[in-house]
Amino acid sequence: MTNTILRIQNVSKIYGDTEVLKDISLEVNEGDTVVLIGPSGTGKSTLLRCINLLSSSDSGQIWLDDQEITAAGVNHDHVRQHIGMVFQDFLLFNHLTALDNVMVGPVKVLGMSKEEAHKKAMWELERVGLVDRAGHYPGQLSGGQKQRVAIARALAMDPRIMLFDEPTSALDPELIGEVLEVMEKLSREGMTMVVVTHEMGFAREVADRIVFMEKGVVVEEGPPEDLFYRPKFERTREFLWKITELYGKHDQDGEQDAASVED
Amino acid sequence: MALWDIFVYILTGVGITVAVTLVALPMGLVLGVLFSLVRIYGGKVFSCLAGVYSTVMRGLPPIVLLFILYFIIAGSINLSPFWAGSLSLGIISSAYQMEIFRGAVLSVGGGQEMAARALGMSRIQTIQNIILPQALRLAIPPWSNEAATVVKDSSLVYAIGVAEVLRRAQFVGARTFKPLMAFTIAAMIYFGLVFLVSHALAILERKTRIPAF
Repeated sequence: MTNTILRIQNVSKIYGDTEVLKDISLEVNEGDTVVLIGPSGTGKSTLLRCINLLSSSDSGQIWLDDQEITAAGVNHDHVRQHIGMVFQDFLLFNHLTALDNVMVGPVKVLGMSKEEAHKKAMWELERVGLVDRAGHYPGQLSGGQKQRVAIARALAMDPRIMLFDEPTSALDPELIGEVLEVMEKLSREGMTMVVVTHEMGFAREVADRIVFMEKGVVVEEGPPEDLFYRPKFERTREFLWKITELYGKHDQDGEQDAASVED
Repeated sequence: MALWDIFVYILTGVGITVAVTLVALPMGLVLGVLFSLVRIYGGKVFSCLAGVYSTVMRGLPPIVLLFILYFIIAGSINLSPFWAGSLSLGIISSAYQMEIFRGAVLSVGGGQEMAARALGMSRIQTIQNIILPQALRLAIPPWSNEAATVVKDSSLVYAIGVAEVLRRAQFVGARTFKPLMAFTIAAMIYFGLVFLVSHALAILERKTRIPAF
């Protein structure tokens, strides 16, 4: 039996009088990579923020392993230790070197000794291929390197699950690949991941399941092959075409139909 | 009285000028940092109280607070002129420094805070490990302004009879009929002090600069 790590049940979120999330239910099994896609402003990022309690949901429940983290009296800081988060704009701590960025969580939050945390941080930097940049400050790193350090920072906490909020959207095109590569490696190593992205190539090749959201609801979800080639809804097909044309055109060579009528 | 004697007489007051500054400035620093955090993170009631404190204290001329503290309050709690003066300058300065640190904390940005919280840090840990180390660096240039102001405002305690640089300059100027010389010496001493402080802070700023940030 596969183990359910994250269970979201009927979660809704309201900002003012807009319902950003409407009755969302979702399960993520151990080792799965779930990719959330959909037009901007449909609540994908909000959903991630509700999962790690940076936003509070207005109704519904969320379980991490077997603990209901939306229950009253739950220590949010404690829950967040087990959920890694990677942001669109990296958000590395500007005053710390790459190494210290990765060490600060284990040392300050987990109370790990400096020596142990140093070893752990170097190991995580190794995983993202940045050991040689350990002493660099964020301002001395490229966007892709920053994001890889951010991934290492989250990994250093040994999270149960990793959330990625459009991790490549702020990157120059030529830097996207190195970040996706790291994420793909993590996925293969069995990390449980929820990824919000417009990178359709990544979604198709790495995702175990794709969830298409629009206007706060889950329109359709399933394995990549189903969503890409046999979508149940016209809206899904339409979105995937449009987004593929905008972003991952090169990924679609040889298997496009109507979308590739270009001279 | 020779020029040298006048100079030495006035210079003797530097100790007190420096002492007043060394009470007022650190006091304003501690209270300013504390109140700025209360203003930002303190919740509705405390934040509002801190806001009122800032508005009132920045709205008072330092000399008025000094008189209030010395002539009205000092009588009942036995405060020397030196302490009454230093404390009132410290209070006024804390209000200005509070705004300096508030601006610095806000310009560190919510993103840094969010990233720290996402890592599992508590609010206190976030402020201590992520926000303040960056905010304090950002605060150095405007803080150097405030430090210069406090050095110069320390001259206000002359009004309640503390024998610091300005008081001595006035006294010796009147007695020797050389007020221009006396006040020029005082001006040079203040300028020298402010220059030293600004220079030291510029060095601190350079030493603590985050590479490529």
